[in-house]
Amino acid sequence: MSTDAVRMSQWPSEQPYVIPVAPGPDVATVTIDGKEVQVPRGELLIKVAQDHGTYIPRFCWHERMKPVGMCRMCLVEVEGMRGLQISCATPVTDGMVVHTQSPGVKAAQDGVLEFLLVNHPLDCPVCDRGGECPLQDQTLAFGPGESRFVEEKRHFEKPIPISETVLLDRERCIQCGRCTRFASEIAGDALIHFGGRGSGTEVMTYPDEPFSSYFAGNTVQICPVGALTASPYRFRARPWDLDSVETSCQQCAVGCRGALESTSNRLVRLLGVDLDPVNQGWLCDRGRYAYEWVHSDARVVTPRLAREGGLAEATWPQALDAAAEALRRARDEHGPDAIGVLGGARGTNEDAYAWARLAKGVLRTDNVDAQLDDGLPAEVVLGLPRASIDDLDRAAAIVIVGSDPKETLPVLYLRIRAAAEAGVPVVDVSTHDNGCTPFAACSLRHRPGEVATPVAALAEVLGGRTTGSDADRLAALVADRDGPVVVVLGRPSLAEPATAAVHAAALLAAVPAVRFLPALHRGNVHGALDLGLAPGLLPGRVTLDAGRAHVGAVWGGVPAARGLDARGILAAAADGRIRTLVLLGCDPLTDFPDRPLVERALAAVGTVVVVGAFADAAGGHADVVLPTTVWGEQDGSGTNLEGRVQRLARKVTPGGAAMEAWRIAGELAARLGVDFDLELTAEVQDEIARVAPAFAGVDAAVLRRARDGVVLPLVDHADEIAWGPAPLGAGVSWEPIPAGADAEPVPADAEAAATPTGPPAPPVALWEWRGPAEPAPTVPVDAYALRVVAARTLYGADRAVLESPSLAAFAPRDAVLLVSRTDRDRIGVADGDRVRVTSARATVELPVVADARIPQGVAFLPANRAGAGIGDLVDPDAAVTDLRVETLR
Amino acid sequence: MAQETPVVTRFMRERPDDSWQFESARAYNAAYTRLERAFAMGPEAIVEAVQQSGLRGKGGAGFGTGQKWSFLPKGVFPRYLCINGDEGEPATFKDHMLTERDPHQLVEGAIITAYAIQANHAFIYLRGEFALGADRLQQAIDDAYAHGFLGKDIGGSGFDLELVLHRGAGCYIAGDETGLLSSLEGERAMPRIKPPFPAAQGLYAAPTVVNNIETISTIPWIIANGAEWYAGMGVNRSTGTRIFSVSGHVERPGNYEVELGMTFRELIEGLAGGVRDGKRMKFFIPGGASSPWLLPEHLDSPLDMDYAGSELRTMLGSGAITVFDETTDPLLVSWRLAKFYAHESCGKCTPCREGSSWIEKVLYRMVNGQGRPEDLDLLLSFGSNIVPGLNAPFAQTTICALGPSTMSHVVSLDRWFRDEIVARLERDTARRTSLEIVTVSAGADA
Repeated sequence: MSTDAVRMSQWPSEQPYVIPVAPGPDVATVTIDGKEVQVPRGELLIKVAQDHGTYIPRFCWHERMKPVGMCRMCLVEVEGMRGLQISCATPVTDGMVVHTQSPGVKAAQDGVLEFLLVNHPLDCPVCDRGGECPLQDQTLAFGPGESRFVEEKRHFEKPIPISETVLLDRERCIQCGRCTRFASEIAGDALIHFGGRGSGTEVMTYPDEPFSSYFAGNTVQICPVGALTASPYRFRARPWDLDSVETSCQQCAVGCRGALESTSNRLVRLLGVDLDPVNQGWLCDRGRYAYEWVHSDARVVTPRLAREGGLAEATWPQALDAAAEALRRARDEHGPDAIGVLGGARGTNEDAYAWARLAKGVLRTDNVDAQLDDGLPAEVVLGLPRASIDDLDRAAAIVIVGSDPKETLPVLYLRIRAAAEAGVPVVDVSTHDNGCTPFAACSLRHRPGEVATPVAALAEVLGGRTTGSDADRLAALVADRDGPVVVVLGRPSLAEPATAAVHAAALLAAVPAVRFLPALHRGNVHGALDLGLAPGLLPGRVTLDAGRAHVGAVWGGVPAARGLDARGILAAAADGRIRTLVLLGCDPLTDFPDRPLVERALAAVGTVVVVGAFADAAGGHADVVLPTTVWGEQDGSGTNLEGRVQRLARKVTPGGAAMEAWRIAGELAARLGVDFDLELTAEVQDEIARVAPAFAGVDAAVLRRARDGVVLPLVDHADEIAWGPAPLGAGVSWEPIPAGADAEPVPADAEAAATPTGPPAPPVALWEWRGPAEPAPTVPVDAYALRVVAARTLYGADRAVLESPSLAAFAPRDAVLLVSRTDRDRIGVADGDRVRVTSARATVELPVVADARIPQGVAFLPANRAGAGIGDLVDPDAAVTDLRVETLR
Repeated sequence: MAQETPVVTRFMRERPDDSWQFESARAYNAAYTRLERAFAMGPEAIVEAVQQSGLRGKGGAGFGTGQKWSFLPKGVFPRYLCINGDEGEPATFKDHMLTERDPHQLVEGAIITAYAIQANHAFIYLRGEFALGADRLQQAIDDAYAHGFLGKDIGGSGFDLELVLHRGAGCYIAGDETGLLSSLEGERAMPRIKPPFPAAQGLYAAPTVVNNIETISTIPWIIANGAEWYAGMGVNRSTGTRIFSVSGHVERPGNYEVELGMTFRELIEGLAGGVRDGKRMKFFIPGGASSPWLLPEHLDSPLDMDYAGSELRTMLGSGAITVFDETTDPLLVSWRLAKFYAHESCGKCTPCREGSSWIEKVLYRMVNGQGRPEDLDLLLSFGSNIVPGLNAPFAQTTICALGPSTMSHVVSLDRWFRDEIVARLERDTARRTSLEIVTVSAGADA
């Protein structure tokens, strides 16, 4: 079989992906198989050859990891060098002449493949990798026809689980070390390693310590054989039966690119796609396996109406009429302010826009909030200078304030870790040790509620002054570093108001080089805020007043004055001032920190309209349920935390009668007398580009062709766009897949027409936030109490986790109180014992566990847990929450 | 009559009962008095002298010691000296003796070498099995610290040196210089890809010199007696002396320190007393288990590192000479060596990891009457994917030299005993066929 046949095998690495290089001192001229190419000097030969269309076979080398030269498959002949060279560890030099297909090279490749197959079982027919296996493919392309090995092969027990989701088959392993290197080099969880020697070498975990990494699934993806398999996908499908589409993960706001695969209209796998500016091929395990909830039995797929005896199925016209009637009645009888819309941070941009238009343009209520009082004020998020994820790599320093990216934005954590490894100093400002602490150059600790204190010192240091505090250590680290200071800004704790974090943001925003990455976690929260699902704002990052004329011209009008945020909406509902409440793909009972308020609000409000995928979202108070399609079932776009708009793709047909949320908004608007005239996703995108100032120029044609998405506003980032399309090789999982738009072909003339000669500037100046925020009051410390920090962990009792069997099996669900060992001993209990916890508001019983990361005097409450927790204990109006902890005896 | 030329083994012969003790070494061997001269010479002059002495590494590769030192990049600190005492090459036992019998000579050499390369930290990586050697060496290091020959400001020179003894955990490949560095850093002893060479990025990614114990033990004598004295001994580019560990079927096995240039016959028949029990020699391994074998007809060749490579297609390697008499089954020897390499392959590079155990399995069959006439050619055929060309000096498709070592005995079988072995395989095959044995052995348990 000739190598040409392989070249047609849709290996993504085969796709020419050439970055043009101008000749210069940093450029080397290299001849590869007679073809002369200009390449960056010092780049690895294997990469250079791949970029220019010559695929050199390899097993151990991975583009995103350091070369180790173990598998010996990538041997090539370099003129003037003795013997064959491993191209994965050979930097190119000027004038280098390389042969990748000479008889000597062929013989060596034959030899290496024969060796690899010596102990490799030929169980391809029952192997998950069969059909998309690099070893299989390369044997066909580069290897000998048959084996001369007549001895007994090596045997191991197979497979053995090495974590909750990863199974290891040591017989199939070819010891390339990709998984072990990923674990230590990329993820920083060095929990798997080689053991044994010679042909008995095997990948091992430590005794009694599973490979429990948030990123373990990546090792399955990059394994070049079927040695590592993932239990969620194992035996579910054969690669040739898979259908693939490129989309972005929406489990958090990083927006990792992935290839979503299905068979028989069922999602079976999500694989990381190497989108250079975002996830670089990696996914976290939650993102990788949370496609399962799409097929949850608990989904509601037909409209429902409250009848006597509970919710009953209804037709779409019945349900839409009922919802429209409830909205109309509330508006007509009590005014627009009697309507509230909560949620929208988990849908697409199109959903967010259509609902913003329905609420603000049609109903004229500004009581709209996509966040559930668990993030940062929208004005702050939208008004701060924004950094890109890539800025992390070129930053003078990275400051992490009020966030644990490893728990809430896992792949952003990988990017921060990679930047730190490359020498960027990381400052971790937190109440306790977190995921970034191990590689932080400087860790600043503060008491809960007082994040602004260390940040004030930090801002002084970044401004060039010394403070006599720990922050001064940063001065020497950043002294001779250029580049922006990237601040990853989050809400330090759900047990305190955002005031302190806002004050910290104001202090840092005053430093010229500082740019922000807002650490809000919900999948499309940035898209929702950008498109106006927040009080006081209109689509496109403008305020009501600034955008009134521009947006109102299309919408026919906008609300008169700023409305209520989530807390205000719920409080107004509890007081009876809000008559109709729309829950847009959210469940405030689990997500809103103040559960008693939600319960009062839902009980008091006249009509609850649930627009979402689960009927029980409002805890039995729903009057109308309008079932929506979800991620994987609908096309559209989403915006990540850096403001990058990326296309989301539909892979499976929704069951039942679920409808896109933006169509539901259109249907309701029509019943309220306004015709949106939007029939296609692309039409919504075009209207967004026309109406929302920050989206100026980002129309459907641009989104379709921009391979890596578009960073808002386009006028500032036009040069960064990589015009596609690069077709995606379906079913390929082991290599970083060159980033591609989807397979939709773009006619050549459309491409020419769509290429903007100069992107349009936003028609209205975008909102900028200047924060004269006042410092939060400090509360004296009560030496007998523990001050609460409440924050989310990656796994918990979240709907997406609970409805994904693979994750639910090991995700912790129950509330727990984490304290320092000293405090646990002072309370006088053992780990796991239940204690009585008393706050100013309530008394609950919780198990307590000592955690080395928690300092004395602080209690950490994971926020996303079932049972008693912050929802009961925290008084949202208090600056901090102190807990008294007592034994039950 | 051939004579030994004791240099590094002189003192231990003179004081066999207490040569390892500090007082004895000071009183009778003037231990540490060479330091003063070294400090007076200065680092550059020492490197120059070692280069002029022609001293070559005595661990196996025979690379110019002074030349190796001169490769350190200028002005890059810290630097490290690592002394390789992992002596894992089968039948080699010279460093074992030097460590147990004259540890102060080694420590003195370490101090001078560290000073020459301006390293303030030195490590001795000692084979874990050398329990007595480790005790005595540690005692020697402690004594040297106690008397101011290690630590801060040694002998008022302003030079500081911390010397650490590190014991290995039983692994052949830790004897490879980059494998040793990985092991010393706490990783698996897996060799690293080169470049970067240790001189540029070695221990903890800092410039590092790795030298064998015997090499370092020689340094004090080059300082004491001068480069010309050392260069005056030996032959051609193989200057000075070397310790040869002679073992196998000889009358007097043991370590013999001789001037290079002596013939194998003088060493084996003269000093070691020839083949025992009046038998005839069948073949011998001239430089450790990794070196291709030689026949009695080669006995009059000189002990010359370059001659061994270019004329005899073998190497003097670690200086371990193993003699086999006429009753030896060369196939059995080959299988035993293959079993060693299959066990000791670190598992990093595919050709060595898989090839070494494949070789072992085939040889096991051959030894046990289950061979096929084509098996020798099969070994040579897939073996040439580890050692392209199969000709010494060996090329390799692996990172380190363990790869070619797995094949050197097979190459020797083919070179000297091919007809004998093929005939045997044909006989075995014929017998099996007549007995209607059709199964193939399950192979050895590795």
